[in-house]
Amino acid sequence: MSLDIFKEKGVSLEKQKFTWRDMVQAPTSKLDDDAFTRVRIILMNGLESEAVRFSHACARMNRDLQEPLAHIRRVEQHQQTMVNWLLPADLSPLETTIGFEQVAIEVTASVAEREPDEYMAQVYRFGLLEDFDHMYRFAALYDRMGGGDANDLLQNYTDIMPGRPTSVEHRDPSDDLRAHYDKNVAEPLTKLHAVTIMAAENQTHDYYMTIGPMFADPVARQLYAEIASIEEQHTTQYESIIDANETWMEKWLMHEAMEVYNYFSCSEYETNPRIKKIWDRCLDYELGHLHYVMELFKQVENRDPAELLPATLPEPIDFTSHREFVRETLEAEVDLRASGPDFVDLSEDPERSIAYREQLNSEGSPSETVAAGYTWMPGTELTAGVKTRVKGA
Amino acid sequence: MRSTGTRESMTEVGGNRTGIQTTPDLAAELLEGASMAAPSLDGGTELADAERAEYIKEGFPIGSLPTAPFGTEGKLDEDAMGMAVFLDKLSERLAFERMGTRLYDALLNKCETLGDDAAGPTIVDLEEIRDEEHRHFLLLNESITELGGDPTVQSPCADVAAVASMGIMQVLMDPRTSVTQCLQAILTAELTDNAGWEMLIDVAEDLGHTELSDKFTEALNNEQKHLLNVQTWLSDRVMAKI
Repeated sequence: MSLDIFKEKGVSLEKQKFTWRDMVQAPTSKLDDDAFTRVRIILMNGLESEAVRFSHACARMNRDLQEPLAHIRRVEQHQQTMVNWLLPADLSPLETTIGFEQVAIEVTASVAEREPDEYMAQVYRFGLLEDFDHMYRFAALYDRMGGGDANDLLQNYTDIMPGRPTSVEHRDPSDDLRAHYDKNVAEPLTKLHAVTIMAAENQTHDYYMTIGPMFADPVARQLYAEIASIEEQHTTQYESIIDANETWMEKWLMHEAMEVYNYFSCSEYETNPRIKKIWDRCLDYELGHLHYVMELFKQVENRDPAELLPATLPEPIDFTSHREFVRETLEAEVDLRASGPDFVDLSEDPERSIAYREQLNSEGSPSETVAAGYTWMPGTELTAGVKTRVKGA
Repeated sequence: MRSTGTRESMTEVGGNRTGIQTTPDLAAELLEGASMAAPSLDGGTELADAERAEYIKEGFPIGSLPTAPFGTEGKLDEDAMGMAVFLDKLSERLAFERMGTRLYDALLNKCETLGDDAAGPTIVDLEEIRDEEHRHFLLLNESITELGGDPTVQSPCADVAAVASMGIMQVLMDPRTSVTQCLQAILTAELTDNAGWEMLIDVAEDLGHTELSDKFTEALNNEQKHLLNVQTWLSDRVMAKI
């Protein structure tokens, strides 16, 4: 089904209420719920986090908008709590990390496949191969440090193998900045995609920065340090594709539309009826936010929000396995590198990025160390049989 | 009141800073402050207990048993239920032995690195235990497969055991912990492991899997030796410091 966002008004802002019991409901099951339910929870937590982050930035630059921003932001805060608290306590920080990377792979793949702008699609495919590699590195850590099988979390949907090696993902900051879409000609879906993926990557960065120090293992601490640095690069990349000429009100409107679009997508695919009710409730609340901001947009900018927003929402995010798409992308584009906003062959990798990563990796590469000789196999690599232990290995 | 917590008084103390006796002057101020305050609500822990009880009563489980075959009337028949429980416990033991292998890998690395000659295990001792843990993991893998189960399943008991033992891995992986501290953590694992094998043998016998029961008894014998060794090494190291 499609959703007419001008006709569907959702729940008005003043009727959006929570109690602590609303926000802290029974969590999902790590073992019984579909992996994509976890993917949706992690994604939507990231998008709500972005809603709060954007709202604070906007408030700091716009005195007149502070009150309406504060009202909507409070609801976003409580929605984020309700969503994020659906993750269960038996999901360890490393297991949650594997969930974060599954989001980065499957959601980015869906976005890359649907993106109407070929350059933007290339940007997503470029980032996708890097997150794909992170999954492999974290799976090796999970197997070798804790004796766990990452596929218990991934449920066969997502491959575990090297992508563009994390050790070569480190780039000079100038090579993380991309060309941006033109706000006047870009399709609404291009804008929705960009805010979605930027938000997801930013939250991944923040999560790794929070949990990295919780690990006792120095190799784990190093790996989180390294991959958090790449997530910072990814956030830099994805925020650069968004037109910085958009007004604050245009950005606010697109943020609300992005949340509507994603909750709509979650609801369309959700297999757990209890969680689907939460997506539907959030969708109704976000529609309320969107209409509130539409009215504000008319007052502040004296323009019709229909200039920016699609009449009906695009097809929902495809919360399914993208194995073939990812493998094809890997085969064709693993050797791409970034030179400023352009994607180039390995042979044209800019000197500044080579020098940057050589210095950073000069005392060793955590992502290479953790996965040396690692090939995923069902039930962990110990299933292969007892081997003579190599000292220091 | 001017606090005694001046920069000078705070830098005088060296070593462990926890405990109220570390800075008696500050402690006196702290006690005075606490005595001036009143709770915002009367009562005790029963309120939080009641709140927790609400969530318990909702009845959401951690997860389902690895297999839940239904009988003809749509109910779990007795045999199927017994097998599901057995597979759940086998999965738990499998995950534990797999983690145990990694625990000993970590302890070996620490002992090799520190190379201390205090009382305790030799590298060869630890390698033997490590390989036995690994062989037990493979035995369980094989046993689950023979029974028609999937050894890659993470059962509810395996999941809960992983949560319960998360701290053991943290102790072993921490570069700052001593061999003695690691042995203390491993002792927790070995005690649990011994009890786990005993239960597995009981279940196997009850369900008539005598061949498996024999193999598990052999594994228990190994684990009993591990436990005795760890207790001895730990005790020797602690006593050597007295």
